[in-house]
Amino acid sequence: MSTDTTTGTAEHHFGEDITATEPSPVPHEHKDLRDRDYVFIAFLLLVLTALEVAASYVPLGSWKVPLLLIMMVIKFVTVASFFMHLRGDARLFSWMFYTGVFLAVGVYIAALTTFHFFAP
Amino acid sequence: MADTTIDPADAPAPAEAAGHEAIPAGYDDGQDHIGLEHHTSTGLSNTKLAMWLFLGSECLLFGGLISTYMLYRNRRADTLGPDQLWDIPFTSATSFILLMSSLTMVLAVQSAKREDDRNTRLWLTVTALLGGLFLAGQIYEFTVFYREGLGFTTNLFASSFYTLVGFHGAHVTVGIIMLMALVGMLLRNRVHGNKAETVEMIGLYWHFVDIVWIIIFTLVYLIPA
Repeated sequence: MSTDTTTGTAEHHFGEDITATEPSPVPHEHKDLRDRDYVFIAFLLLVLTALEVAASYVPLGSWKVPLLLIMMVIKFVTVASFFMHLRGDARLFSWMFYTGVFLAVGVYIAALTTFHFFAP
Repeated sequence: MADTTIDPADAPAPAEAAGHEAIPAGYDDGQDHIGLEHHTSTGLSNTKLAMWLFLGSECLLFGGLISTYMLYRNRRADTLGPDQLWDIPFTSATSFILLMSSLTMVLAVQSAKREDDRNTRLWLTVTALLGGLFLAGQIYEFTVFYREGLGFTTNLFASSFYTLVGFHGAHVTVGIIMLMALVGMLLRNRVHGNKAETVEMIGLYWHFVDIVWIIIFTLVYLIPA
């Protein structure tokens, strides 16, 4: 193992055992939000949901579906980042989760395309 | 080998190095908090790593169910379809309930991190109740659809809809069982190891269920067929 003396972070090599006797590698500082911050985020999610429902009733033409999809993605990322703490956690967790998400989206868009789902 | 000297100013305080508060969320101190060491070659909690891997794989399960529904949503001939069946205000209300349960779940995790057992149990119970309310709404919705003539085998649209929403409901049910089991274990002080991490693991599962509903609500209910 080598230690970066300027940042205090440790670089671990494959197969190396890390035990309680040495401090954990910390690539970035994690700052916990306060309870009221979570209440505010939940309020924003509620507002977004209300906007989604309103948009489904308003005749927006060809803008309706993209608008609904954008709001859906914003809600998805907000819950994953803040409620699931992906924002402050180790990057590996984000990689694992979003790899699953993008793999699923890619695979099933390809599958739907073979069934001519997107054909006009 | 590189120089391993650390500037004394950058070194962690002895209390911080020994205490759990010094270790950021997601990282592991290599102990299971009842005195036994466990192996972690990444410096991350193995439990948390496994949970994220599981959630990543669940994306593929729900991706398959959602795309199957998208493919079959118009395969219903002249029988009942979304336009005649969906009750958007009702489903919006149940969506609000599930979103609120995500808030109570995160408050339970925060309480657990503060080692506030009483509030942890309280928020976990409220989360389970809100989940139960959401589930009751789903059962009511399914009952209404069935009475209006939409059975599981009526057409491909019905089969794919019931399978997708039913699978999500099954996940909510599992989540409620886990929440109630955790409340019971906390009451009897049967949670061994890091309590906050245990609560956080169940929280991750619960938020994932919420995230899946965010997608289902938009793609199935709000976007017209």
